[in-house]
Amino acid sequence: MLEKMNGVKYWALIGAVLLLNACANSNTGTVPDTPTDPVVETQEPVVAEPTEDVTTEPMMEDPDTQESLDAASGGALVYFGYDRYDLTADGRSGLQTQAAWLVAHASVKVTVEGHCDERGTREYNLALGDRRANSVKNYLVALGVDPSRIHTVSYGKERPAVTGSGESSWSQNRRGYTRVN
Amino acid sequence: MKYMEIRVRLCKILILIMAGIAVAVPVVNAKIVVDVNRGHADPLPIAITDLIGNESDIISGGSVKNYGQRIALVVKADLTRSGLFQMVDSAAFIKSANPLTTLRNPNFNNWKAIGAQALMNGSISLQEDGRLKVEFRLWDVLGSNQLTGLRYFTSPKNWRRIAHLISDAIYKRLTGESGYFDTRVVYISESGPATARVKRLAIMDQDGHNHVFLTNGKNLVLTPRFSPTAQEITYLSYFDDNPRVYLYNIDSGKQEILGDFPGMTFAPRFSPDGNKVIMSQAFKGNSDIYVMELTTRRIQRLTSHTAIDTSPSYSPDSRYVTFNSDRGGSQQIYVMDADGKNIKRISFGKGRYSTPVWSPRGDLIAFTRQYRGKFYIGVMRPDGSGERLLSESYLDEGPTWTPNGRVIMYFRQQPYDSRGRGGETQLWTVDLTGYNERQMITPLDASDPAWSPLIR
Repeated sequence: MLEKMNGVKYWALIGAVLLLNACANSNTGTVPDTPTDPVVETQEPVVAEPTEDVTTEPMMEDPDTQESLDAASGGALVYFGYDRYDLTADGRSGLQTQAAWLVAHASVKVTVEGHCDERGTREYNLALGDRRANSVKNYLVALGVDPSRIHTVSYGKERPAVTGSGESSWSQNRRGYTRVN
Repeated sequence: MKYMEIRVRLCKILILIMAGIAVAVPVVNAKIVVDVNRGHADPLPIAITDLIGNESDIISGGSVKNYGQRIALVVKADLTRSGLFQMVDSAAFIKSANPLTTLRNPNFNNWKAIGAQALMNGSISLQEDGRLKVEFRLWDVLGSNQLTGLRYFTSPKNWRRIAHLISDAIYKRLTGESGYFDTRVVYISESGPATARVKRLAIMDQDGHNHVFLTNGKNLVLTPRFSPTAQEITYLSYFDDNPRVYLYNIDSGKQEILGDFPGMTFAPRFSPDGNKVIMSQAFKGNSDIYVMELTTRRIQRLTSHTAIDTSPSYSPDSRYVTFNSDRGGSQQIYVMDADGKNIKRISFGKGRYSTPVWSPRGDLIAFTRQYRGKFYIGVMRPDGSGERLLSESYLDEGPTWTPNGRVIMYFRQQPYDSRGRGGETQLWTVDLTGYNERQMITPLDASDPAWSPLIR
């Protein structure tokens, strides 16, 4: 119903624009005698136009953007256990939606970021972040995403998502994030 | 026997540093010796007097007399921070009627009376060529004799280095070990929230003065380390979102990427001769240790294991490499031959061990240990025996040694409170004895310190 209303408004606007153009083109230098008449005429196709044409704009809903991937996959995030880089069941299911999105958006290239909590030394965490990023990448590739579309980078413990000293913060920072390039 | 060795080395330095020998050093047995292992419990009372200079000679930044006072202040601060010396309060000094004549002939009874066991005095004057001439003498008050005397010539802007060289000479004469005051520290200066931290390479004298930022903060930079000449730094930069090991030349400011690795390179460190950089490469989720010869750019792979192998550090004789690996299931410290053979685990305590750094003396390896929610800085012998923990906090990490292997610097991160306040990072030093823990003052937050070798 809402779509229909929008459709009507849309075509009314188109009609108005067409009218103005018609006025501008046909009346070179003269003021039209009865400018209201054509408005009535152009209302006909608005009502007759099928609503399907208005709704066939899927690219507006699902573009090749980070927002679209985030919406499809619940934030494009995967979380890891302490000092772990294996995927949890939740992680795998999140990556399945990411993979489906990537398959549907075949021109998109992404960077998978590997992150760690602060409970490790800087250099070890750089290595661990690299492991995590590659865990994510390998799973996406196994689900059919071309590996050349996936770059990986480790941020170690340099870019926490949240600040805080406690497991509730650390668990949010042990993550893989799929960033649309 | 040891005394004789000290005398021989001292004479060499006299010839090298001095334009002319100030005074003959009387051959006597030293009455005072500062024990670097026990000095913290019983610091040596030493009187450091202002260097006597002419008030009417004005140079940029003050009178020559004023420079003499400033040099004395820096020497006092250096020796105090070492924890091995106790400054005799200058308010107690008994004034001499003719200070210049007592420079060569101190009234030892006056110094004894106020509890000084050692005395430093000296003078400063302006040369016709615009340089400063700085002389000092170190006296054994109880033995009534001179222990050392040195003379330096320098442009006034180098006055701090002269002060540090004097501190080094005093430390060396009284402890029998090389000093570490004429050195610098390169580190990472931090600012902004943890989630978007800005990190910059910065360098300063070991006492925090002459602080300079080397990078602008646009790219994330981490883990700088000095070359043995102290003229180059190797570090990690996220330039172009591509974390790689770089070289930074301090004189020219030139930066260059090291090698053409497909994966991230990190955890770099120079070899003791400065001809190689050892580092990790993470490729497809696996980190191994590589070494690159700087002149030929030839790369040799040292480890090949599915585990994380990182934080490599050479022994001072270049024969061995210590590193951090989780190949045994958790992070532990290993030692291998410099060609990657004979890998042996050396840490067996509870918890996780990481960031091993070989002492410049070769006798110890410093490390970070995590155990039961705390982080510690500790040392152990290269065979893994004799482990001692020197510091403990919510997060202590990344030890670096003074060139004489007596003091360790590291960084400490404060925990966050329930309101999200905290997270500050600072540099700290601790004596090898575990005593004398002190915070280094830096303009902003600070991490990843690396102590330079002695600057010569």
